[in-house]
Amino acid sequence: MGSITLRQVNKKFGEVAVIPSIDLEVEEGEFVVFVGPSGCGKSTLLRLIAGLEDVTSGAVLIDGKDATRLPPAKRKLSMVFQSYALYPHMSVRANIAFPLKMAGMPKAEIDAKVADAAETLNLTDYLDRKPRQLSGGQRQRVAIGRAIVRQPSAFLFDEPLSNLDASLRVQMRLEIAELHQQLGATMIYVTHDQVEAMTMADKIVVLNKGRVEQVGSPLELYRAPANLFVAGFIGSPRMNFIRGQAAAAYGAATIGVRPEHIQISTEGGIWQGTVGVTEHLGSDTFLHIHTEDLGTLTVRAGGYVDFGPGDTISLTPDPGRIHRFDSDGRAIR
Amino acid sequence: MSTYHSRAAGRLMVAPSVILLFLWMIVPLGLTIYFSFLHYNLLMPGTETWTGFLNYQYFLTDPAFFTAIVNTLVIVVGVLIITIVGGVLLALLLDQPMFGQGILRILVISPFFVMPTVSALIWKNMFMNPVSGLLAFLQKSMGFQPHDWLAATPLLAIIIIVAWQWLPFATLILLTALQSLDEEQREAAEMDGAGPVSRFIYIVMPHLGRAVTVVILIQTIFLLSVFAEILVTTNGGPGTDSTNLAYLVYAQALLQYDVGGASAGGVVAVILANIVAIFLMRMIGRTLEA
Repeated sequence: MGSITLRQVNKKFGEVAVIPSIDLEVEEGEFVVFVGPSGCGKSTLLRLIAGLEDVTSGAVLIDGKDATRLPPAKRKLSMVFQSYALYPHMSVRANIAFPLKMAGMPKAEIDAKVADAAETLNLTDYLDRKPRQLSGGQRQRVAIGRAIVRQPSAFLFDEPLSNLDASLRVQMRLEIAELHQQLGATMIYVTHDQVEAMTMADKIVVLNKGRVEQVGSPLELYRAPANLFVAGFIGSPRMNFIRGQAAAAYGAATIGVRPEHIQISTEGGIWQGTVGVTEHLGSDTFLHIHTEDLGTLTVRAGGYVDFGPGDTISLTPDPGRIHRFDSDGRAIR
Repeated sequence: MSTYHSRAAGRLMVAPSVILLFLWMIVPLGLTIYFSFLHYNLLMPGTETWTGFLNYQYFLTDPAFFTAIVNTLVIVVGVLIITIVGGVLLALLLDQPMFGQGILRILVISPFFVMPTVSALIWKNMFMNPVSGLLAFLQKSMGFQPHDWLAATPLLAIIIIVAWQWLPFATLILLTALQSLDEEQREAAEMDGAGPVSRFIYIVMPHLGRAVTVVILIQTIFLLSVFAEILVTTNGGPGTDSTNLAYLVYAQALLQYDVGGASAGGVVAVILANIVAIFLMRMIGRTLEA
């Protein structure tokens, strides 16, 4: 229960191909994150899986069966929307019970399931409130509750945390990950935030302009990005890209070095520069270093560094962690 | 408006308009109340005498008074039902994406811009006339006896005419409410397995609740005083079959020249309108809160 396969899925809005052609396999029980910059087609892809948009060509298979033409309700998927889409005039209880009521389940059974879901999500005390009387995190939980009562074969999340403040986001991220372990259900999660993708996913699908750039586990993408786009998108702060002579020295058109893979010293390194802005995070310090021929490089150093703006600094990239890319932007392995 | 001085200045600034509006309201009301206690006949000017509550007694015991109240309520309720049910259906229809949507919407709104006298005359002469009307023609072409709308069912005819005028208003308000429904809510309901009918009952109707309340409140105010349509079509007849309270007051004042009695009727109408307003606010005003 819960495997999803996309076969050459294509979606056009009028003449514009939002998704040219995507093949994708989501295994049962997997937590898959679609990540990419805004407008890359990740939400559209999720809506195609949900059945809220029709595919132009290609097939969507759910549990091995062709679901391309099935209406959303028949696909046994539930979705958590970005705006939560709670029904404002219904109590929390009625909101969670709504899909069961629509399925024509007897009242006693509905009550038991709603109570269960409320227990799981710590909503028991709020069952008789209206959505507008709840905080953002609680609304989020109600939306998840409404999704889990139906016991769907897969959950779809459409940027569910983007309306929450930073600390709540971290907390809800954890709760969703716990829920995934608890339920063991397939989850597909759309986000533009690569931190969410890295922390939650079993498998990340990086999308750009409707194309899949790379599919892999978070660490695979971090350690071995397949191209410049993935290299630049995954990891924070962004990877430094160096072109020209310095790259040619490594036999590549472009080389990429992550800020955390550069050693700093007062002298003796292979690249020289001047320290510009320094960002102190306590545990880490991000140094923005201006170099003459490589542009501005970002370096991650420890919490205690003696360099300040204007100081001359010497940089040594970790030789084993230099990513090399050819002139088309593909990684050279 | 935080300091004492700016508050005082603010009051001073709004005072002229407040005073003007107050006078605008209180002078006619005061005069009406004053006239309602006079024996005041337009055919005998200068002979006004104080009569106490005699005008009220006369007006309230008039057999036409009870009929007028019932007719007034029937018109209000009838038109409300037609416009709200029709308005919801039309709004649902106009919300669908279709060819020529913009022009169609303007066409639907247009009856609201036709003056009541004009539309009532058109209905009377071109549709409901038993000899030359379109409805009579349709009935005759199917072999039926033509129905004389204004003589046989005058109240129904007036309800139809007034409903035709107010349907666009209800449609317009309900359509805008419908368009403000969050698309994701509709989609969530769809994912939750709600079909079109369930979505309408559980998602769309509760969302429209507030708009329906607004339509009921605004229309009630205007429907209590329907006048032009009655004057132009049936003149309140036959007998008093289509006389409402507004028309009865008019008849008292300008057909029987009894200003005193008409003023008493006016005061009664004001009191009744307030009772209806309180009743309405108690009943449905709650949806406007929160």
